[in-house]
Amino acid sequence: MSWLKKAASDTQITHGNRIWLYVFAAIVMILLVVPTLIVIPMSFSDSQYLEFPPSKWSLRWYHEYLDSPKWMRATVKSLQIGTLTMLVATPIGVAAAYALFVSGHKAARLIFMFLITPMIVPVILIAIGAFYVFGQIGINNTVFGIVLAHTALAIPLVMIVTTSALRNYDLNQERVARSLGAPRIKAFFLITLPQIKFSVMTSALLAFLTSFDEVIISIFISGGVNATITKHMFSALRDYIDPTIAAISTILVIVSTVLLLTTQYISSREKKKK
Amino acid sequence: MLLGFSIPAILVVIAIILIPIGWLFYLSFIGNDGQFTMEHYQKMVEYKSYKRVFFTTFQVSLFTTIICILIGYPLAYFLASLPPRVAGFFMLAVLLPFWTSLLVRTYAWLVLLQKKGILNEFAMNIGLWDTPLKLVHNMTGTLIGMAHIMLPFLVLPLLGSMKKIDKDLMHAAANVGASPSKAFWTVFFPLSISGLVAGSLIVFVLCLGFYVTPAVLGGGRVVMVSTQITAILENQFNWGAASALGVVLLISTLLVLYISSKIFKFDNALFGKK
Repeated sequence: MSWLKKAASDTQITHGNRIWLYVFAAIVMILLVVPTLIVIPMSFSDSQYLEFPPSKWSLRWYHEYLDSPKWMRATVKSLQIGTLTMLVATPIGVAAAYALFVSGHKAARLIFMFLITPMIVPVILIAIGAFYVFGQIGINNTVFGIVLAHTALAIPLVMIVTTSALRNYDLNQERVARSLGAPRIKAFFLITLPQIKFSVMTSALLAFLTSFDEVIISIFISGGVNATITKHMFSALRDYIDPTIAAISTILVIVSTVLLLTTQYISSREKKKK
Repeated sequence: MLLGFSIPAILVVIAIILIPIGWLFYLSFIGNDGQFTMEHYQKMVEYKSYKRVFFTTFQVSLFTTIICILIGYPLAYFLASLPPRVAGFFMLAVLLPFWTSLLVRTYAWLVLLQKKGILNEFAMNIGLWDTPLKLVHNMTGTLIGMAHIMLPFLVLPLLGSMKKIDKDLMHAAANVGASPSKAFWTVFFPLSISGLVAGSLIVFVLCLGFYVTPAVLGGGRVVMVSTQITAILENQFNWGAASALGVVLLISTLLVLYISSKIFKFDNALFGKK
């Protein structure tokens, strides 16, 4: 255990002195990860009750999920709404971030602040407000309405990720292209976009996940054949505990893990490029 | 004009944030008879039940923030001290829960903490307590779940500010004779405060309007502003009272952000624009 006596930082402290820190951090990291992953073994239990470790293993709850028209329809809806949100929020968020960053106009900072308000306003307020207004114009329980609301939530994320990418990018490259006669749009697509494409991809994934995981707005403004998976999950959680949720949760964990690893991969590619 | 590219994003935010919230603001002054009234706001001052809701909201937000600081600071310190090679792996412990649906995590805590849940069984097996403790559908369960969900929001900005601290400063402090703990408290800690404040503020503000976790893990016993708003809408369909409560929630959120931006002057860090 000689590493315990080695210096751990730039002060004279050794690894042995701060072993408490390592133990503490390990416990916290376990506590962070375990509740995220525990649904996976639970979903393979055969029991009606949630026991751990399961006394008998089975795929019962996966069959329950896959055979349920209600859950299947909701899953397809959530995927559809998430994809549409991604396809709408990414281009308009990137366009806004680009316009505000490049213009240097006095109003740009103000518009930026306005566009990130969906992150600041408590979501419950957006939910009931949208529920009321959508009720007046009759677009509650429609895919259009939900995508519109989710797009508003995703715009700030797309803008923040894109703006930070633009900050690390040398705009002179685009200026050169334009001074050689390329129109702004062409210069953007040929010169700027390829250089910030990793961040744009990350922001698209974030937009998808924002919509796919969103609960509160979906509870209020989605319903009937257009109810999302999170709406059904929430009511199932509040009213009774149905082990089918464990199977669905496992699928959600896998979806977010894949998306997370994809963004990690994207950012490592980006670093390598530099 | 260049700023025109931000128009689609602006329109979405107007449709989902500005109009609905403006409408709620208007509704909060309208009585059941359709006339202008202040009664919804008067009730908040007069009725004890409202005071309890505000108190609970503040209490849950404050406790969650404190728990996150106590647990999150050492964790961030640990992560910041890791060599970049391994840091990415340990970061997954923070990022994985961050990316996982909060419904999944809330569900996991529901299962972990219930009467015959894993935690009770485990603690009774090793003799920590004899009868199952009531850990969920109350304040305890709500705080555990909220702290788990909020922790990454504190750790990520804090970690960002810790990584920016010049390591030579600690070295210099040690060279001129500061003990490790003195070097930490007089050099490192003050430099990490901007990230700590930003992270704590994000946690506190998110807690104020949080809905899903208190609704599920509180089991109706932890009534926060957000759960009260939905209860008013579901049980009484009273839009005036629900809107007034929403307006108070929004104004409190903005006030907290405004006051702390005046005190700490960090709005640049939070809003991400130069």
